[in-house]
Amino acid sequence: MATLTRPAGALQPATTRGLSAQRRRRRRAGLVVAYTLLTIGGLVAFLPFLWLLSSSLKASNEVFVYPPQWLPNPVRWANYAQVFSEVPVVLYARNTLTITVLALIGTVCSSIISAYAFARLRWPGRDICFALILATLMLPYAVTLIPVFILFRDLHWVDTFLPLIVPAWFGGGAFNIFLLRQFLLTIPMELEEAARIDGASSWTILRQIIVPLARPAIAVVAIFGFQYHWNDFLAPLIFLNSNDKWTLALGLNSLQGLEWGRDTTNLIMAMSVMMIVPVVVLFLLAQRTFIQGIVLTGLKG
Amino acid sequence: MAIASRTAPPDRSVAFFRRLGFREALDGWLFALPAMLGFIIFAAGPVLASLYLSFTEYNIVKPPHFVGPANYISLLTNDPQMRQSLLSTLYYASLTIPLSLLLSLLVALLLNQPVRGVALYRTLWYLPVLVPAVATGTLWRWALNTDFGLVNWPLKLLGIPAPGWLTDPKYTVPSLVVISLWGVGGTVLILLAGLQGVPQSLLEAAEIDGAGAVARFRHVTLPMLSPVIFFNLVLGLIGALQVFTIVYVIWTPTGGGATAGPEDAGLFFVLYLYRVGFENFQMGYASALAWILFLLIMICTGILFRYQRRWVYYEGGRAR
Repeated sequence: MATLTRPAGALQPATTRGLSAQRRRRRRAGLVVAYTLLTIGGLVAFLPFLWLLSSSLKASNEVFVYPPQWLPNPVRWANYAQVFSEVPVVLYARNTLTITVLALIGTVCSSIISAYAFARLRWPGRDICFALILATLMLPYAVTLIPVFILFRDLHWVDTFLPLIVPAWFGGGAFNIFLLRQFLLTIPMELEEAARIDGASSWTILRQIIVPLARPAIAVVAIFGFQYHWNDFLAPLIFLNSNDKWTLALGLNSLQGLEWGRDTTNLIMAMSVMMIVPVVVLFLLAQRTFIQGIVLTGLKG
Repeated sequence: MAIASRTAPPDRSVAFFRRLGFREALDGWLFALPAMLGFIIFAAGPVLASLYLSFTEYNIVKPPHFVGPANYISLLTNDPQMRQSLLSTLYYASLTIPLSLLLSLLVALLLNQPVRGVALYRTLWYLPVLVPAVATGTLWRWALNTDFGLVNWPLKLLGIPAPGWLTDPKYTVPSLVVISLWGVGGTVLILLAGLQGVPQSLLEAAEIDGAGAVARFRHVTLPMLSPVIFFNLVLGLIGALQVFTIVYVIWTPTGGGATAGPEDAGLFFVLYLYRVGFENFQMGYASALAWILFLLIMICTGILFRYQRRWVYYEGGRAR
């Protein structure tokens, strides 16, 4: 128990000392159970992923052996090189990165600006507008898909990156606005009022006070957004027709049907690993901030 | 500047504050403008447009031709595929929503324990969310394979008859539920954030009063977490009724086009909509399908909201 470190535990040592020996024993037993369950659950969640990793390093005839073979033997790094010759990975990576970065900038900028308006500024009609935006969370994308497709077709934007980027600049999505607003509501109002009386404009306050304080929540929006645009499948499938405009997700899909009767599972897995690595690195870097940034107090339906 | 405003005479500062209020309202409108424009262009406008299209015949090439409620009539009276897809979707939703909520709650509770290495376990549970859909499809085509898959491996070792997960229509929907459970990491993350918002002081007070772990969970954690659970329930419902990508990527390589498993057992509603709209280019009919789905979602979320006050606890405010 003494070895246990707890970050938010100013009160913790005192109360722990106050507990009876019996209760402390029960706690330790609880920890053992927690570890066991965590390890079993973690393994079950990880096994398919492990197979993904190991298959990316196998020859195609070794992928589907039974019983499952967890370690590749021999290790075929050549699979990774082969992916580059089957699919224009560099081109698709550039396309995906262009779309992701531009859409992400739009998402972050416009969602923080709208969230600020909804959380901190008083203006007539604010609550109705926020309710309308929140209601779009319940709107099935299937309903808007066809009209939006027709809109972009009439603008001659189909088969360009614009349909995948431009919508992000208009508010950045209801979920993100909601997430940021919840966070902004927790920042004390006095900070802002003092600056306002000193003559600071809303824009200055947003940039110099709100944005620095809201960094954890902005990180959450950015990482969710990165993942979303990086792996998005349906929107590129619908809006991008020419091969040279494709994203990594579509390129990955094209690996499935290279030639009839040829199994490319190992290549699919190798390309997936290449796609997963950047997102995992991002997640690990921001993990701590990530959970801090999701503030759900005062969450209302 | 700061000093000047602080020493301003009282009558001038009233005007000053009024001007501030006006400026604030103007700023509010300006700052919310992109989001409201987005709402009109990408939500409200398309919703109305699709309502109109649902009363037309429209193949994208020729302009829409108004046909009245014909699409709805043939949808409801003469479309066995729509009925089948609706039933499979409801079947899928009725399994995946409670199961993934339960599982993610359990995982989030475990990941909220103050144990060493919890970051590693969190990452393990979140990894599946990061896997691209096509890879998830390929992965689970193997894992659920009858002869050499991961899921049947322990079953065979134990001598339990191994089902044909992806080849037997009976198991199609349960298989997709299993796959959806693998991806609960996102929900876990949101629940975890909710759990960290449960005040330590309340839990400690309950413990000092002699409440065991189960009682603490039932009477403190669960009520405090209920708004977050409700939020996930609503989003889970909307997501489950619109499931598309996973079915598309699992069976497409074996068929071409939006294939949906043995005997179309995995032909979910949005998949059928995709087939009608983007493969047969019957956009009017597809819009009618979309509106049926929209109404269904509105009814279901309406019911959820109606009954939330029985179990959802909002601290410092009543449920709307």
